[in-house]
Amino acid sequence: MQQLEINNLRVAIGESEIIRDLSLTVRTGEVHAIMGPNGSGKSTLAKAIAGQPDYRVTGGGVLMDGENLLELGPDERARRGLFLAFQYPSEIPGVTIADFLRAAAQSRSPEGEELEATDYYAKLYEKMDLLDIDRSFTSRSVNEGFSGGEKKRSEILQMAMLEPRFAILDETDSGLDIDALKIVAHGVNSLRSPNLGVLVITHYQRLLNYIIPDFVHVMVQGRIVRSGDKELALELEEKGYDWIRDHAEEPVLV
Amino acid sequence: MATQTETSAVDIDRSIGDFHYDVHYGHDAGVGLSDRVVNYISDVKQDPDWVRQFRLNALKTFLSKPMPTHWASKDLDAIVFDNIRYYLAQGTPTKRNWEDVPEDIKRTFERLGIPEQERKFLAGVEAQFDSEAVYSNIKKAVGEQGVIFVGSTEGLKNHPEIFRKWFGKVIPTGDNKFSALNSAVFSGGSFIYVPPGVKVKHPLQAYFRINAENFGQFERTLIIVDEGAEVTYMEGCTAPKFNTATLHSAVVELVALRGAKIQYITVQNWSANVFNLVTKRGLAHEEAEIKWIDCNIGSRLTMKYPGVVLKGRKSRGEVLSIALAGNGQHQDTGAKMIHGADETTSNIISKSISIGTGRATYRGLVHVPKHLKHCKNNTECDALLINATSRTDTYPAITVRGTGNSVQHEASVSQVSAEQIFYMQQRGLSEGQAMSLSVNGFVNDLVRQFPMEYSVELKRLIELEMEGSVG
Ligand SMILES: Nc1ncnc2c1ncn2[C@@H]1O[C@H](COP(=O)(O)OP(=O)(O)O)[C@@H](O)[C@H]1O
Ligand SMILES: [Mg+2]
Repeated sequence: MQQLEINNLRVAIGESEIIRDLSLTVRTGEVHAIMGPNGSGKSTLAKAIAGQPDYRVTGGGVLMDGENLLELGPDERARRGLFLAFQYPSEIPGVTIADFLRAAAQSRSPEGEELEATDYYAKLYEKMDLLDIDRSFTSRSVNEGFSGGEKKRSEILQMAMLEPRFAILDETDSGLDIDALKIVAHGVNSLRSPNLGVLVITHYQRLLNYIIPDFVHVMVQGRIVRSGDKELALELEEKGYDWIRDHAEEPVLV
Repeated sequence: MATQTETSAVDIDRSIGDFHYDVHYGHDAGVGLSDRVVNYISDVKQDPDWVRQFRLNALKTFLSKPMPTHWASKDLDAIVFDNIRYYLAQGTPTKRNWEDVPEDIKRTFERLGIPEQERKFLAGVEAQFDSEAVYSNIKKAVGEQGVIFVGSTEGLKNHPEIFRKWFGKVIPTGDNKFSALNSAVFSGGSFIYVPPGVKVKHPLQAYFRINAENFGQFERTLIIVDEGAEVTYMEGCTAPKFNTATLHSAVVELVALRGAKIQYITVQNWSANVFNLVTKRGLAHEEAEIKWIDCNIGSRLTMKYPGVVLKGRKSRGEVLSIALAGNGQHQDTGAKMIHGADETTSNIISKSISIGTGRATYRGLVHVPKHLKHCKNNTECDALLINATSRTDTYPAITVRGTGNSVQHEASVSQVSAEQIFYMQQRGLSEGQAMSLSVNGFVNDLVRQFPMEYSVELKRLIELEMEGSVG
């Protein structure tokens, strides 16, 4: 079964438990959205799934196509097809986007097999055109001195190049003006396919006007308290997170 | 945290330098240092009298000087001069043809890829095995232009009129304890002379190989580039990994006459038991240019501060250096710029990387006296720390006096963060690959100024070192 399965997951940072008994299944071809107030644990969930070593999984499991991801290092998870577009991507001074992505693509090639440079650049330029990114962008150092919008576009470019089976987009909309948001959404939409499962994390409903989700989940204090279809996002936008908090005692599940 | 994993001893077992074949030595000065040993070396080399005297005087200077442990490193105390062998050679003359080099030595250089590189992109090669050059040759066309490229022994015998004029003049015997040691027991190294106006297109290369245990290599290089001439010299060094300390203590003197240009490139990849204590200095005459590109990877302790004495008006000196201090290693490196004329400029860019318990020290000296005008210095020192246990120190020592002179100094210390490594791992890179990409990124803008072949080699060495360090 092609699915990313999160079962009763518990994650602690230091002594405090941030993710508390969270379950969610994303199948390929589906787009799920997680909405939640700041500090509810959305980024912690994303990074724990990706294998951030500071985040301690204290219970539950994460399976990708039946394989236990928690036993794998972050790089192994990535090479098996998991991608995380970071809320705050790191800078890598002196390493160009082109070189970085090439190393990332190379890490997926079989041992001893060199990536064909011309094929690689052809693909890179194609994806850059899709995302309306200037060619000169590839010779800049990864995320160094990038504007908020450039960082997010660079994350989606990386996703387009690495062709994951499951992608988690952590607040890819934050800090974008409406034009940049449309470009990013267009990029993501063009990558939607029966072979890709997407988990979109966002604070605002706005992004979901452009990336239409199949399912919407509301997360509060490390738990999913409500799940529904895209209408739930609108309802949430209208009534605010307090409305959810007030009903958090009786979680509604699909 | 990802970057806090226990770094095992940075192991260069996987690098191509760590292997060793048994070799028969015809000449062996034995263990320890004395007049007898110095005389033995002079006898074997059939030194002229002035050289024998020079050596014996240098030995006195060496014995009279204290170890620089007070300002450098206490680790120097670990060198036991009485346990070291100062001269080891097969006793056959230097060959001009690889076919004539004895098989047991030739295979070492073949494994290091030297004959192949020579064919590909070099104008000449000298290969030194322990104390003596076993091979030295230049392309015919280069030789016909009057360029001399031989070992130091051959240089002082066959070209005394040029050799003697400059030998020991840029770096006097008593400059420091180790220049005195080298002056007493020197053997091997290159002698190069480039006649006026001759621009040697391809680099000349020397490769220094230590093969024996408990051994000291003391090569002596003298390069004289006449008016308006140009040359690039590259040196590579390796040694196998032994359990006991090995000493490498070279002296390199460069002389760039009016309008000449010298570029001196070092790719050093010593194993972790080598004490590398080297004195390098160039003398730049009017409008001449001396550039040191110095890369220090490996060794237990390296102390090396390439310098330029800017003697002539409008002369220019440059040191571009990269030091990589692995676990348990100390790279104490830097640069010296002594301005001695008006309108002289110097540029120092130093990048260091410390891994595990590695320690990188930048030690600089820039001196511009008060009476000079329109001199400029730029100094940049950037340090990158990989682990919480890594260490870096900077001692820039810049004295620029006078009103018409300018100086610019920048220093930075940065750290590879766990977040950064995780980010790269999330894209599929292993921890080791992520580290080496970060390190290569850190040195990238500097490496771009190096010749191609050299930057490729350097990148590969960094990768080996970084991947070895996360095991
Ligand atoms: N590295 C960290 N160390 C300690 N606490 C953290 C760390 N990262 C996040 N937290 C805490 O975990 C909680 C959830 O944070 P986060 O996952 O970033 O929320 P969200 O992405 O939903 O805004 C917050 O209370 C935050 O303070
Ligand atoms: Mg967040």
